[in-house]
Amino acid sequence: MRIRVISSLIVLGSLIVATAALAAAPIKIGALFAVTGPASFLGEPERNSAKMVVDEINAAGGVKGHKLELVVYDTSGDATKAVQLATRLIKDDKVLAIIGPSTTGESMAVIPVAEKDHIPLISCSAGIKITEPVKRWVFKTAQNDTLAVGRIYQQLQKQRVRRVSILTVSDGFGSSGREQLKAQAARFGITVVSDDTYGPKDTDMTAQLTRIRGIKPDAIICWGTNPGPAVIARNARQLGLKIPLYMSHGVSSRKFIELAGDAAEGIRIPSGKVLVAGLLPKSDPQKKSLMTFVKDYQRHYHAEGDHFAGHAWDAVMLLKGAIERGGNSAATIRDQLEKTRQFHGIGGTFTYSAHDHAGLGKDAFVLVEVKGRDWVIVK
Amino acid sequence: MQFDQLLQYTLSGLSTGAIYALIGIGFSIIYNATGIINFAQGEFVMLGGMLTLFFLETLKLPLWAAIPCAVAASTAAGMLFERLAIRPLRRPTPINLVIITIGGSILIRGLAMLLWGKDTHSIPSFSGDDPIAVGGATILPQHLWIMGITLLIVAANKFYFYHTISGKAMRACSYNRRAAGLVGIDVRRMVLFSFIISSAMGSVAGIIVAPLTMTAYDVGVMLGLKGFCAAIIGGMSSGGATVVGGLLLGVLESLGAGLISSGYKDAIAFIVLLLILFVRPQGLFGKAQSERV
Amino acid sequence: MHRDLLKFMLFAAMILAAPLAFQGGYLMNVLVFVGINTMLAIGLNLLLGYCGQISLGHAGFFGLGAYLSGVLSTTYGWNPWQAMPLAAVVVGSLAFLIGFPILKLKGHYLAMATLGMGIIMYIVFNETIDLTGGPSGLSGIPNLSIGSLDFDSDVSSYYLIWSFTLATILLTLNLANSRVGRALRAVHDSEVAARVMGVNARLLKVQIFALSAVISSLAGSLYAHTMTFISPASFGFNFSIELLTMVVIGGLGSIYGSFLGAALLTLLPEFLRAAQDYDIIIYGGLLMLMVMFMPGGLVRGVPDLFRRLLKKGGDRHA
Repeated sequence: MRIRVISSLIVLGSLIVATAALAAAPIKIGALFAVTGPASFLGEPERNSAKMVVDEINAAGGVKGHKLELVVYDTSGDATKAVQLATRLIKDDKVLAIIGPSTTGESMAVIPVAEKDHIPLISCSAGIKITEPVKRWVFKTAQNDTLAVGRIYQQLQKQRVRRVSILTVSDGFGSSGREQLKAQAARFGITVVSDDTYGPKDTDMTAQLTRIRGIKPDAIICWGTNPGPAVIARNARQLGLKIPLYMSHGVSSRKFIELAGDAAEGIRIPSGKVLVAGLLPKSDPQKKSLMTFVKDYQRHYHAEGDHFAGHAWDAVMLLKGAIERGGNSAATIRDQLEKTRQFHGIGGTFTYSAHDHAGLGKDAFVLVEVKGRDWVIVK
Repeated sequence: MQFDQLLQYTLSGLSTGAIYALIGIGFSIIYNATGIINFAQGEFVMLGGMLTLFFLETLKLPLWAAIPCAVAASTAAGMLFERLAIRPLRRPTPINLVIITIGGSILIRGLAMLLWGKDTHSIPSFSGDDPIAVGGATILPQHLWIMGITLLIVAANKFYFYHTISGKAMRACSYNRRAAGLVGIDVRRMVLFSFIISSAMGSVAGIIVAPLTMTAYDVGVMLGLKGFCAAIIGGMSSGGATVVGGLLLGVLESLGAGLISSGYKDAIAFIVLLLILFVRPQGLFGKAQSERV
Repeated sequence: MHRDLLKFMLFAAMILAAPLAFQGGYLMNVLVFVGINTMLAIGLNLLLGYCGQISLGHAGFFGLGAYLSGVLSTTYGWNPWQAMPLAAVVVGSLAFLIGFPILKLKGHYLAMATLGMGIIMYIVFNETIDLTGGPSGLSGIPNLSIGSLDFDSDVSSYYLIWSFTLATILLTLNLANSRVGRALRAVHDSEVAARVMGVNARLLKVQIFALSAVISSLAGSLYAHTMTFISPASFGFNFSIELLTMVVIGGLGSIYGSFLGAALLTLLPEFLRAAQDYDIIIYGGLLMLMVMFMPGGLVRGVPDLFRRLLKKGGDRHA
């Protein structure tokens, strides 16, 4: 009697397992984020939001009945590790698509692997080289630096500013910004009158700012990620600089105001809309996505969901879209990704095509300013 | 204007240099007592800042109470490090000791990352952020704190090493450990003392610099490296020479960034240091020693 | 000598057979980097283990080899097979020239000078943006190839890299057993005594410094042509320290020790990945424990451990 019960239970159990497996083999997605190391300010929020959104998708029943399975590896921001782990995701974990890596350097290192093994890669880093020229298997969600630079210059042109000094951090983020700042200036009738850099771990930038003060530019543009720009803001205050200070989307978070304190007042940056989600008009097509994302992230991690976290959110949602439209293998997912039209994500509204794997337009950035210890939209 | 700029470069350099000096002295004290180049020295600088933050934010202590608590806690960490990692070493060759301290620094940094996360945090200045004008240049009140405390510590060091029994014993160890042992000095105790002093000093450096530079689990690496350089230029002295070394490094960086090229400023500083070493292989202040065989 | 050769043959056979065991999984890819790191560790060990001179700047030579080879073959269209030896010659000559003033220094002054040298090179990679691409890196470096055989898969690059590594091992074994090797050991033990015996210690040190730089440069070129992308972050101070750790953990003055150290430190992070965020703590802790319990390095510590275990077992039986 007992044996019969047990054996029928076993049969029943295996039937359930078998049907579950048949009905919905999970779709494996790989992710490479710089969760530790110097770029952890990118990788950690990216990992958090990717996990969050995958869990939510699965809780809602998955995509077309398939659960998503996310395999995340930490690259520590190291290009060599990123390549090894990309190989691991493809060869051992057999994923159908890869999200990340977090930094441009790692992305450039991983691209040959994805191209060779025919696996779609949705990079979360900003470097323009990633999708220009267009590579068959490579997409990205982070806004190009070109757009951020363009947004600042557009404003400066409006205010008839001609002479700017630039101060950029000597890492991948800063050097890409520096290149764009110099390349685009002429188009807006702007001259870059001085070009200084600082190290990512430097603790005092008064020397550079003193030099800039001597040159008397109409505006200073600083390109970096925390904490460098906060130090610069404080140093500028110490020196009593009265020149308008612009920074990059690299400091687009409340964290920056917290670090720079009063010195942040009046600083302007181009930012993804997520920073000012609550202030956007109802008519904004991204508003719905943005508010959901900000609230979810706050609930899960008790922290501010910044636009870096948004890059991974967008990447997962883009993949979800591609799978919904019929992508079920690496090749078909790629084809469907390319057919993404008007997806209102966190970073902007994405429309990919055979000639554009970055997918964002000028409206991805708004210009914001620190007023009364908070970010407000510059009209 | 040109003069104002030069003054500003020099002042900025001096205040950064004072920090390098303070960290450098920590290196020297341990080196002299034990022959160890303690690559974990920078981590005590980090601990100073992060622990102050912990006492301020998590335990809600006022700043004046948080600081001594932070120094005490980092000193305890330094003691623990000596007891658990340095003393049990079976074959303490210099290179093995270097690797131990490297391992230790990775461990301490990792623990700090797990405990306090990866974010950068700010710490309030001791007495406000209103700049003080010096000629045409400006400095912050915090810079005065840094210079003052560095001076105070150097003076205290001088007193300790030359006017107390335990300080003299420590000096004896640095000249010749075996001879010191033979005259009845407890060498192991002196090693422990050296770790206590230098971890306390490292954490003080970390605390006074944190309001300017902010603090995170990984600030120790760069500061430690710079402090190491300051100590070497100063010939591993635990007094004035290392201070000069630190100030020199700070001013070189600042002048390099202001006058030549900000991208190459660290390279400029290192090239000058290399040239100094090539001309004077015994260090800037060292006397040429005849080699014992 | 015969025993040495036999040992080497065994080792080589093991290395050549390894791919069969891994069936092309991702570990193959990691083993490629074990090969590169082994070369680097051996290069540094020549200097540190045999000659007694520390270097905290070897990542600089590694990077210089990678960048020279990478820039020549990518921007100027050279054949990688020509770029690689040229890079090695340039790096070797550079090391020879700076070797004279640098190796005059001793102890922590030498540590500091080599550290400065490494950092200066790192800054140059970062700042000469027109040439190196700066912090964003240099991409599109061609793979090495022979005829129609392109070394772009994991297995083919494994054999490519390891043939260089094995050659390096053979070369250093020969060197260690030659007149030069004996002179080196003399210099290591007492420079003055060696000088009295007619060894030109200064020249010898500089030559070894240059040789170790050449090995690092070759490893760098191989790295560049295998990764097809390089950026300065891979050649910083941290990597110099990691190399030093490989040599010491493996065992000073032992070629196979360098292999063990390189293999352990390259593979360890892969195994620690399961520990997630705790990996860094375990890594740091293990480093300390290994130095504490195997002060002579893995190459002496592991056999020691076995012997002690066997002895204990034997005692129990008796």
